Amino acid sequence: MVEPLSRDGMAWRAAQDLEEGMVVNLGLGMPVLASSYAPAGREVIYQSENGLVGVGPEASSNVADPDLVDAGSRRVTLAPGGSIVDSAAAFSMIRGGHIDVTLLGGFEVAANGDLANWDMQVPNKGQLVGGAMDLAYGAGEVRVIMQHVTKAGEPRLLNACRLPLTAPACVARVYTDLAVVDVTGEGFVVREMLAGLSQADLQAKTEAPLAFASDLKSLEAPPL
Amino acid sequence: MIDKRVADAAASIEDLEDGATLMISGFGGAGAPVNMMRAIEASSARDLRVVINSLRFLEGQAPALFEDRRVAHVVCSAFRGRGKEPSLYERQWQAGELEIELAPQGSFAERIRAGGAGIPAFFSPTAADLALSAGKEVREFDGRPAVLETALTADFAFLRADVADRMGNLKFHGSQANFGPAMATASKIAVAEVRRFSEELLPPEDIHLAGVYVDRIVLAPETGEIRG
Repeated sequence: MVEPLSRDGMAWRAAQDLEEGMVVNLGLGMPVLASSYAPAGREVIYQSENGLVGVGPEASSNVADPDLVDAGSRRVTLAPGGSIVDSAAAFSMIRGGHIDVTLLGGFEVAANGDLANWDMQVPNKGQLVGGAMDLAYGAGEVRVIMQHVTKAGEPRLLNACRLPLTAPACVARVYTDLAVVDVTGEGFVVREMLAGLSQADLQAKTEAPLAFASDLKSLEAPPL
Repeated sequence: MIDKRVADAAASIEDLEDGATLMISGFGGAGAPVNMMRAIEASSARDLRVVINSLRFLEGQAPALFEDRRVAHVVCSAFRGRGKEPSLYERQWQAGELEIELAPQGSFAERIRAGGAGIPAFFSPTAADLALSAGKEVREFDGRPAVLETALTADFAFLRADVADRMGNLKFHGSQANFGPAMATASKIAVAEVRRFSEELLPPEDIHLAGVYVDRIVLAPETGEIRG
């Protein structure tokens, strides 16, 4: 069987769907990797919840500035034409419908588009909600990047989320290491899947029923 | 002549009383008023109510506030400690000794902005239909539920900026602003620590936060290592 996509491979695949001129918010973890992989020449504006509008590449150590960080506290650069606002204005931008797409990490996605990505219910540890809920409620479209199954091999694409929700019925598309899956009115529809993987194999790793697109394509990423 | 400079961080909080509500800015270390956090730790104030985006930054700079149980209540969007083992405040929260109100970061920011703008409450769709909003009033607008969020205000706000002038006008560097401007507007006394003081008044296009919102300026060129 073809190897599942790497973290960068998943981010690369998600980045191919970002369009010229889009305003995009990238979540922590795999989503922020996507900013490196939008096709060359395509101008995408990355917004960060702490106020950056036009996040550039991660800063190299010689120019890294501890006062210029993104939502993941990474030291970054500002892209040409970029600007900076305060947090209240950054969330007005998010809540006010000015973000076209947010790419978020996920723990679980349900067949109706419910997303759980903030509370893993780790015993004795405090909670961290951050901006995930505002993004999931406010962005024009929510897309999720996550491994198809948990480390223990349990499915993450479910009939109903078990973990506390980030937002109900918000997810449009999920990029996993095995497939690209759309959330539709009729549940999950697989648009792309790894070559060599059978539909039965993919269903076995998925709790909710999968439909397969009539023009089902092979999921591929270049070596990264 | 207006001159908002004070001698040092300790002098800027001489009137900090027990039971005060404090807003503390900072995101990922940027704009974190680390010298002021250390000054609060060195004071004797207790029974404090703290409004801060990520609580671990307060523990990182001012651990004695938790060791001596001087924080009574927190509003934040994150209170996960570093590492796998529970931190001191996570244990206090678990034991019911520390009250923590968790808010989505956008609601957190807007509640502070509202507090500084004279808006006592507002409706927001974020988390309106989630357990996090349990107990709050929910109304439908244009067919969509929205939850009533109340404004946050404080006795003190603490922020870090790059440059200040004598009128308290502030210029931020990079992503330092984050919660600072909203917190300054929402507090009775806003204290800004700054890397540099400008003897000349700043030109208007360089002023990111008007001095009318800033009450005290503390010169603090260095932050040292920021633990968070």
